[in-house]
Amino acid sequence: MKILVAVKRVIDYNVQIRVKEDGTGVVTDNVKMSTNPPDDNAIEEAVKIKEAGKATEVVAVTVGEEKAQETVRKALAVGADRGIHVKVDGILEPLAVSKILQKIVDKEKPDLVFMGKQAIDDDCNQTGQMLSALLNWPQATFASKIDVKDNKLEVTREIDEGLETIEINVPAIVTCDLRLNEPRYASLPNIMKAKKKPIEEIAASDLGVDVSPRLEQLKVEEPPKRKAGIKVANVAELVQKLKNEAKVI
Amino acid sequence: MAVLLIAEHNNKELRPFTLNAATAASQIDSDVHAVIIGQNSADAAKQLSELPVVKKVLSVEGAHYENFTAENFAPVIVKLAENYSHIVCSANTFGKNLMPRIAAHLDISQVSDIIKVISPDTFLRPIYAGNAFATIKSNDAKKCVTIRPTSFDPCESTGGSAPIEKVDASEEFSNTKFIKREEIKSDRPELGTARIVVSGGRGMQSGDNFKLITEIADKLGAAIGASRAAVDAGYISNDHQVGQTGKVVVPDLYIAVGISGAIQHLAGMKESKVIVAINKDGEAPIFSVADYGLEADLFEALPQFMEELNKLNTIQK
Repeated sequence: MKILVAVKRVIDYNVQIRVKEDGTGVVTDNVKMSTNPPDDNAIEEAVKIKEAGKATEVVAVTVGEEKAQETVRKALAVGADRGIHVKVDGILEPLAVSKILQKIVDKEKPDLVFMGKQAIDDDCNQTGQMLSALLNWPQATFASKIDVKDNKLEVTREIDEGLETIEINVPAIVTCDLRLNEPRYASLPNIMKAKKKPIEEIAASDLGVDVSPRLEQLKVEEPPKRKAGIKVANVAELVQKLKNEAKVI
Repeated sequence: MAVLLIAEHNNKELRPFTLNAATAASQIDSDVHAVIIGQNSADAAKQLSELPVVKKVLSVEGAHYENFTAENFAPVIVKLAENYSHIVCSANTFGKNLMPRIAAHLDISQVSDIIKVISPDTFLRPIYAGNAFATIKSNDAKKCVTIRPTSFDPCESTGGSAPIEKVDASEEFSNTKFIKREEIKSDRPELGTARIVVSGGRGMQSGDNFKLITEIADKLGAAIGASRAAVDAGYISNDHQVGQTGKVVVPDLYIAVGISGAIQHLAGMKESKVIVAINKDGEAPIFSVADYGLEADLFEALPQFMEELNKLNTIQK
């Protein structure tokens, strides 16, 4: 079984986001960038499946500007076998990304495609579902447990009401929750080894996909700030304030 | 053209956020039709027809719809889409799973998780865990929009009498099979719609210690929330998680106990009307959004809190 894992480069989850003064977006210059956190879980799961002898190859793919390649390199350092970087500048909408990934799937013919359930920058939560629609493959979204059984997967999904278990036939798409596993850190020898693993570069323009935006971002602004609150001295004061001042209990 | 609302239900009754999504749909266009896809879901369809904002109900029945599988739902909506300008549903796990599948089939760039309808083609939505708000205009001929339910009031639930029209089922998608759903049953209010939420974080130190929170929640008629750290540590099940990748809640009162307040958690609760933080670390970021902060050891503060509540003559429910 061959697993393709899609990874995205985003502003690191620990960075305090700053909105640009001209309202065109958020500040990204000199800001720490990392792999989108649930994409790390997707890589980890693919590598674990390979280590368990149930997959033969793990291919990491990213779609984005020059520096996006760092995320593929990181995936190679934690166990992916080779990488693909689809080069394109500017912000892509999830629909465009899923169309590009569809072309990569046509070329690579993986049995499974894994990715994070949501990117923490645009918070769209679309790409995996869109790719499975374009391929007409089954989708297991928000996965917190994956059991590989021959040509099927049993996947536990995190839903609002609790947990749901489904069985999907391969080929299939899985979008990963942060609780799926604990991503490993890359060891120094593995980081060195990863430098020798191949990354194929493909220009998005060569894939024959229309990636032109359909959405216009008219403005990006700071959310309204909460008014500063007060510290109370003790529990009795807290309860009194909630009862008589805020009137919520 | 009218707006098509996708109803969320459990085959017996509507799930509450359908009413919030209906409000959002009616702000896009007053002509709202609602589709309900399920198995033996006639009672829920009738409920849907009674929402005054809904002008027509489309009902689709089939055994393969019993478990709300997106692969089975999407083709039904795609077929209906030609008659509608917008397709709308809630941005909860139901809508997040389903809508992109519909949008991709229709070659539409979806607008996710909107918190405001500015005009029929322009919407406000949070990005970066709510640390920025983006105004987005869709230039697609049709729009697929998911709405953040807690940002829209629920619509009236009675008084309407929309006609219910049967629509043919689509073929079953055979490569996805439902196995089971483990729903955590509770007598407490639902986390997403509760008036009061009491949440615990890593500071609770164990699942057993959550009983300190349970007690207070029961006294206040509150739902129980948790930070991701508490869920990851196994103190409590995933359906309680509040935050960027969990649930977004907007209660009248949110009490955060032993939660430091990572931006990912704040994303799920900072719109609450009144926020209380109880934490022994006075520098914890949670205090920056709290209306009332109490710097204290939660293992002393929570029993005292319970005592103080017991002294009150009345408690709002």
